[in-house]
Amino acid sequence: MLPILNLGPLALPVPGLLVLAAYWIGASLAERRAERYQSQPEVIGNLLYYALMASILGARLGYALRYPAAFVASPASLLSLNLNLLDVWSGLAAALLFGLAYGQRKGLQTGTTLDALTPFLASLALGLALSQLASGAAYGLPSDLPWAIELWGASRQPSQAYDAIAGALILGAILRGRATKQPGQTFMNFVLLTASAHLLLGAFDAAAATLPNGWRLNQIGAWFAIAAVLWLQRQPARTKQVE
Amino acid sequence: MHSLQRLAPTILLLLGALWIPLSALEPQAASEAQAAPFAGFYAPDFSLESADDELISLSDLRGQPVLVNLWASWCGPCRAEMPAMQRVYERYQDQGFVILAVNATNQDSRAEATAFYNELGLSYPLLFDADGVVSNAYQLRALPSSFFILPDGRIQEVVIGGPMAEALLIIRVEALLSEVP
Repeated sequence: MLPILNLGPLALPVPGLLVLAAYWIGASLAERRAERYQSQPEVIGNLLYYALMASILGARLGYALRYPAAFVASPASLLSLNLNLLDVWSGLAAALLFGLAYGQRKGLQTGTTLDALTPFLASLALGLALSQLASGAAYGLPSDLPWAIELWGASRQPSQAYDAIAGALILGAILRGRATKQPGQTFMNFVLLTASAHLLLGAFDAAAATLPNGWRLNQIGAWFAIAAVLWLQRQPARTKQVE
Repeated sequence: MHSLQRLAPTILLLLGALWIPLSALEPQAASEAQAAPFAGFYAPDFSLESADDELISLSDLRGQPVLVNLWASWCGPCRAEMPAMQRVYERYQDQGFVILAVNATNQDSRAEATAFYNELGLSYPLLFDADGVVSNAYQLRALPSSFFILPDGRIQEVVIGGPMAEALLIIRVEALLSEVP
């Protein structure tokens, strides 16, 4: 665990830096490999850059709309560098809306664009897992396994390391995989692999939000993602059968 | 073989659906009872001497929302966030909200910390961590570090670095106050 890297007078937040590095590496990979998926590198680069800007703006505005009284009391807080004043879901929604608008304007095909973005998403997923390893978030269940780690007063499953290994393997599979004939297939393979990893490895996570009966919400979300992909993958076959 | 391929997605979904209840989090694992300086755990207890030569213990404040702020007088962001902390303290202290400004005295000077505290006219308790006991217990890695503690003693959120925006303080303190029984 390394939440802060002290370099002279600077205290650098390692989890945030890892996510930024994953964004940068992922964006570079997506641009370099865009042509494999019939996409233009500069269009993919612009899409990722502007989506990032939209997500930051959306996350801050979304947070301010959730707590208007606090921001009325302190309007300067709107411009604060505090990452704790960002609403993740609003940021994702803003990035998605921007992406849809940008895609429509540029006439982008959904399947090939999602395929081209997949290396970026896989890199980001790996970066998020590594950032959790650095911050100590998403800590594992208590365990006496030989490879257990000391964290938050107990010997625990290194659940963040499991996620990071899975993320690295998925990124490797995406990068080594051949471009598929069916547009959107690379993206769906990524979602299927990532959701399956979360469903399986979520079992070691002690910090997950749960239902009152102990079922983890992230595993339930992963199950629905798998179901959605499997359903979508059956659609072309079904259409052909009807024809 | 072809029918097995067709059945594979259904089998995968069924196995996944079984895995969720089989691997469900047990209640005792979900509620982390031990003390650790991270959200969801109980805040490590400490007793420190204040600028008024009073011994203040965190555990004595059980039932009240508390912000433990570790700081040093030479730390720019620490100094920058204190006026906002004072305003928020004045706004919510009547509702039981407490700020403990724990000076990392093992890497600061007690005289300089007191001078800065007086210069800003701060009214929340100033405590001196002369031996670094609290810094160790809270695994201090950067200054300032702030721990928002619920009335039941569990840490709601940790903010490493600063300065904290006033809106952030207001939102977090109101969230803590909403948990007061």
